[in-house]
Amino acid sequence: MSVLVPAPFLLPVLAAGLAMTLGRHPKAQRVITVAVLGTLVAVSAALLVQVDRHGTQVVEPGGWPAPFGVTLAVDMLSALMLVVSSIVLFSVLVFTLGQGRRDAGSAVFHPAYMTLAAGVGLAFVTGDMFNLFVAFEITLMSSYVLVTFRGSRDQVRFGMTYVVINVVASLLFLTAIALLYAATGTVNMADLTVAVTRLADGTRTAFALLFLLVFGVKAAMFPLFFWLPDSYPTAPTPVTAVFAGLLTKLGVYSILRTQTLVFGDDVPSVILLVIAGATMIIGVLGAIAQDDMKRILSFHIISQIGYMIMGLGLLTVSGLAASVFFVVHQIPVKTALFLTGGMIESTTGTSALSRLGLMRRAPLVAAFFGLAACSLAGFPPFSGFVGKYGLVSAGVAESAWLIVGVSLLGSLLTLFSMAKIWAGVFWGEPDTEADRRRLSGVSARYPPTMIVGCAAVVVLTLAVALFAGQVWDWSEQAARELHDPDAYVEAVLGGRLAGGSP
Amino acid sequence: MIVGLAAVAAVLFGVGVYLLIQRTLTRILIGIGLIGHAANLLLLLAGGPSGRPPLVDGGRQVSDPLPQALALTAIVITFGVTLFLLALAFRSVVQRGNDDVEDDPEDRRISRLQDVTSDDTELAQEDSDDGVVRHQDSATSTGGEGS
Repeated sequence: MSVLVPAPFLLPVLAAGLAMTLGRHPKAQRVITVAVLGTLVAVSAALLVQVDRHGTQVVEPGGWPAPFGVTLAVDMLSALMLVVSSIVLFSVLVFTLGQGRRDAGSAVFHPAYMTLAAGVGLAFVTGDMFNLFVAFEITLMSSYVLVTFRGSRDQVRFGMTYVVINVVASLLFLTAIALLYAATGTVNMADLTVAVTRLADGTRTAFALLFLLVFGVKAAMFPLFFWLPDSYPTAPTPVTAVFAGLLTKLGVYSILRTQTLVFGDDVPSVILLVIAGATMIIGVLGAIAQDDMKRILSFHIISQIGYMIMGLGLLTVSGLAASVFFVVHQIPVKTALFLTGGMIESTTGTSALSRLGLMRRAPLVAAFFGLAACSLAGFPPFSGFVGKYGLVSAGVAESAWLIVGVSLLGSLLTLFSMAKIWAGVFWGEPDTEADRRRLSGVSARYPPTMIVGCAAVVVLTLAVALFAGQVWDWSEQAARELHDPDAYVEAVLGGRLAGGSP
Repeated sequence: MIVGLAAVAAVLFGVGVYLLIQRTLTRILIGIGLIGHAANLLLLLAGGPSGRPPLVDGGRQVSDPLPQALALTAIVITFGVTLFLLALAFRSVVQRGNDDVEDDPEDRRISRLQDVTSDDTELAQEDSDDGVVRHQDSATSTGGEGS
């Protein structure tokens, strides 16, 4: 069954090629991409079941044994991420089907979207650092295209910032890999786990910090988040939604993997916790200062990254489990919020908060937004509550009172800014006569595919809450595997000697 | 030899970073190219001293093929990214006549909010400018920035 392991990369990349050749036949393009991403959801679910029953699945596609060739390995963390990300990718694709040629209907969109899916898939299944770099590059290349493909003035302007920042981070990543190879003689993650223990303590911490910096730019954590609120809101809605849901989480995933599996707790807890607290508070304060819906939501992406780093910073299994759970819960929530934001913008022509009174005009969108916002703020029955409860209880267990207080404060401020959006967009009646006239002609009718796509993501967030027990068990298993890498090393290297060539 | 190449890599990094912090996209691009070269050189250096035979002769010490494979992959990727940035710079020149990186309109708006002395009507005027033409006249924008 481990034959499924390369599928998350292979299926979308083949579909991307096929979609590219079918550029003149939009219908055929759509059939292929929907079919492939639908299959991918099934494959990911099968992989999750497989990993749950039989442990980490490993494949060596080149035929070379592990430390020398390319290794693909799916453990619990990878499997969880694959399932959530493939469902989100599929739902957003369905969301785009009703859009015109200028947006997601353009011939470029489908191949680029498939390449993005391939990059995300490869990043989750890969077992070596260099392949992770390649996966990031594949994802970023297609994201550059998706951000700028309309070529409008704004997109080029903000696209520049986005591309340059990410290219610089990638080159830093490459430099870090070169240095790591020079020091240890291997780029295989399982092999590195053993090889880094031979390095001096200071060297190891320096490497861990270097990789934290590299992935910190991608994850938009404090103080490296400045590019995100500028570049995300200008992209087309479905693109922003996928970026918000997946791309920053890709950075968090890489942080979780490298900081635990490879460099077991080499970055001091206090550094991670300070970063986590600052990311939470500054992100949410940024959100409060804005009065444009998409920018508010962009700042919330940053704020929530802090919670994921917090669980890692506690350096305990329960903290790590809470982080994993939090990432799983955030991916659909953020996507849902941005999709509803885009739906509102397409109706009213603006994403500014100006008492649009959409509750009456578009009750379904209001419901979608409300459910996702409650999850984000962490109201008790929703998934955000479970994640935050896990983080807080892990923090209390470690007597890390300061970070617990900061996280609760951040949570409260999140609620405030969600209420601000709610009051600004859904409640009341338009203030000015001009707004009223403009909105009276507006009908809140959406293509059924939009509703279905958005509903699917919202249902996924509710499912995370409903089956929180099961998801929590999986997160805990993922955390245990990360915390104690012996099983992973054993699965990848088998009985072979670990530690790389000197 | 390794020290020499390491020094070259260091100089490339330094020059690259200097170019990266300029305002013109073409300079940023050259900077990215140089940093890319530096990183690739570093990858090559990671394979050990130069001058050893490739992986053909079983008996003697051979050079490590892995970093060379990694460097090749990285070169291709940097090449693609550079081309994309060139296209972006060209698009910017076509649209605006230059390839300078502009100030962020939102940042300018917020920095104006702090300026209590600024005239309200002027503020509204500039905001509408931002929405429609994205500050063609640099006079108003630099005024807002300086405050």
